[in-house]
Amino acid sequence: MNRRDFLKVTGVAGMALTGTDAKGSESSSPSPEFYGVLVDTTRCIGCRACEKACATEHDFPVPDIANDGALETQRDTSETAWTVVNRFDTSEGEVFVKKQCMHCWQPACTAACLTNAMYKTQEGPVIWRSRKCMGCRFCMVSCPFDIPKFEYHEWNPKIQKCNFCFDRLQEGKKPACVEACPTDALMFGMKRDLMEIARVRIYNHPERYVHKIYGEHEVGGTGWLYLSAVPFEEVGFRTDLGTTPYPEYTRDFLYGVPLVLFGLPALLYGMNQMTGSDNED
Amino acid sequence: MSRVTTISEQGGFWSFLRSQLRPRGKILTPFNVISVPIILLGLGILVVRFTQGLGSVTNLSQEYPWGFWIGFDVITGVAFAGGAYTITFAVYIMRMEKYHPIVRATVLNGLLAYIFYAGALALDLGRPWNIINPIIGNSFGFNSVLFLVSWHFLLYMLAELLEFSPVVAEWLGARRARRILSAMTLATVIFGVTLSCLHQSGLGALYLMAKPKIHPLWYSEFIPIFFLVSSIFAGLSMVILEGTLSHRVFKDQIDPKKHHSFEDLVIGLAKGAAIAMFVYYFFRALIFLHDKQWTLLRSGWGAWYLLEIIGLVLIPCFMFAYGVRHRSLGIIKTAAVLTLVGIVLNRLNISIIAYNWYLPVRYYPSWQEIVVTMMVVSAEIWVFRWIVLRMPVLREAHELPSDTQEKPERAAAAASL
Ligand code: SF4
Ligand code: SF4
Repeated sequence: MNRRDFLKVTGVAGMALTGTDAKGSESSSPSPEFYGVLVDTTRCIGCRACEKACATEHDFPVPDIANDGALETQRDTSETAWTVVNRFDTSEGEVFVKKQCMHCWQPACTAACLTNAMYKTQEGPVIWRSRKCMGCRFCMVSCPFDIPKFEYHEWNPKIQKCNFCFDRLQEGKKPACVEACPTDALMFGMKRDLMEIARVRIYNHPERYVHKIYGEHEVGGTGWLYLSAVPFEEVGFRTDLGTTPYPEYTRDFLYGVPLVLFGLPALLYGMNQMTGSDNED
Repeated sequence: MSRVTTISEQGGFWSFLRSQLRPRGKILTPFNVISVPIILLGLGILVVRFTQGLGSVTNLSQEYPWGFWIGFDVITGVAFAGGAYTITFAVYIMRMEKYHPIVRATVLNGLLAYIFYAGALALDLGRPWNIINPIIGNSFGFNSVLFLVSWHFLLYMLAELLEFSPVVAEWLGARRARRILSAMTLATVIFGVTLSCLHQSGLGALYLMAKPKIHPLWYSEFIPIFFLVSSIFAGLSMVILEGTLSHRVFKDQIDPKKHHSFEDLVIGLAKGAAIAMFVYYFFRALIFLHDKQWTLLRSGWGAWYLLEIIGLVLIPCFMFAYGVRHRSLGIIKTAAVLTLVGIVLNRLNISIIAYNWYLPVRYYPSWQEIVVTMMVVSAEIWVFRWIVLRMPVLREAHELPSDTQEKPERAAAAASL
């Protein structure tokens, strides 16, 4: 039994005593079947219809995609734009990449959130619930993709990030961006199926794709998946994030807490008794 | 002089309270002249902050969601307050009676530091009214380190309040209550030390998920342990400096018998700090060697790292050891100052400077963020002074009835900090 297992066992025992659950009360075992979107960057023509559809759907200022020249600069998602498309000049020519929340399988943001305002739904979308959030911005510190954005100029600020059109999904519709995409660069479905499709595309056209599906294993796997013709670091992706789900990084610490909470007082009391009882106050 | 009057003598709690609220000593002291405008300005800034949003007064951005208020006020401030749990551990658990004279002042300092610095966390919350959710159990994010840290803050404040309550009971002349509260001391100390270990390390654990954002020279899965160990010597250094300061400022409050033991006491604290620092240094060096980060040293970041770890940990550590050996309070005090600078640097490195280090945008605190921080510190000193001048913190309650009445001018001098 190594240190980790030991911590786990004792931690679980401690939690049973306190009635808590280190993995979180609501989304304890994320189901392996969940929604995702496959983004095939080789099919994207940079028309930004998805941006427009997203802004319309979620009541943000709708960009003038024909004239605003936004592709000239590299943009990040913001508190008024849940998704943006960026252009990269690569060895294979222009590549357009859509950016939004990755809807991680085990998200850092929900593990960080102390009020469960950031919430991983059973279906897969990671949503933000305004009634719970206290605006601590720990989700922003923790998200490896820097996705959650904060309204710094509101007295009652919100966290803004893509919610996978959770309301539309519940009505049985596709996300607004997927529906708006004219080239099938975006494909909506179950992650398991999307993985199959992505593999088939790479298999059938090995000359067109790099042999990697971004999001398959990154940070433990994400709902949104990407195919690319060029290495991913050339088109704005971080490839140094690792494959460990981010909540793992704090799990040892959290398992250790009940151990300390029950073990240390006993130890301290013992030390106190050992030092003799000569000088009582 | 109502310094030692108790409720029974004054007839009625309210008149007692009124007499205690009257200012003591001169009003126009340098500290008052500086701190009052700062506090007023700070309050004004907070009005803007709560009506126009955080962005109106801070330089926070999407890239730097946590700035000076978290990095300095909360993360550094709480490390500085580590003296309280270290000293109560020494006195009540290990029964090192030598340190008994400073226990009350240290606990008071710790309590106020938590109220003000951990309280500063609320200023930084975008939607502070929802703080109720994780407290009343409406939404428990058990898997969140921040959830743990904030709960432990709350519980620890309670423990500190209990540890300090015998002093308040003495002040109010409530003998029975004092006896009961004193009897609880060991239990609250055990509770307090445990919670301190957890939240001192918890503050470090907050950054565990920021792995890809923190420069590899500072990121380590052992950040929680680094934070815990460094809070010990940060706290001790703070006690050394505060002790020498209040020793001078509140001279007449301190029992003359204790003057002699004061030097011994500081040397003892310095010894503790030196040992903790050496352990800390050794451990960080070990991690560095284990991760084979030699190449990282050949950059500006490397020099910055060496400044922190050699210049502001190893060197003050040796200075403490030297000062202990040669009984030199001057060297010990200098070492304490260097140590605290090193702690500030370490905490700011992790939370701000080496955070998102690869981005072209940088974060610097705005003047408003600094004024509010100064406001928090000034307010803490005000309350500290108010309490020390009234309650038996630095003196023993039963020892002094006539003493201060004879020398009103000295009491006034103390009040004019
Ligand atoms: S990409 Fe960031 S915001 Fe989106 S689910 Fe993952 S951790 Fe959360
Ligand atoms: S800002 Fe809101 S959503 Fe993000 S971690 Fe804090 S409480 Fe949760």
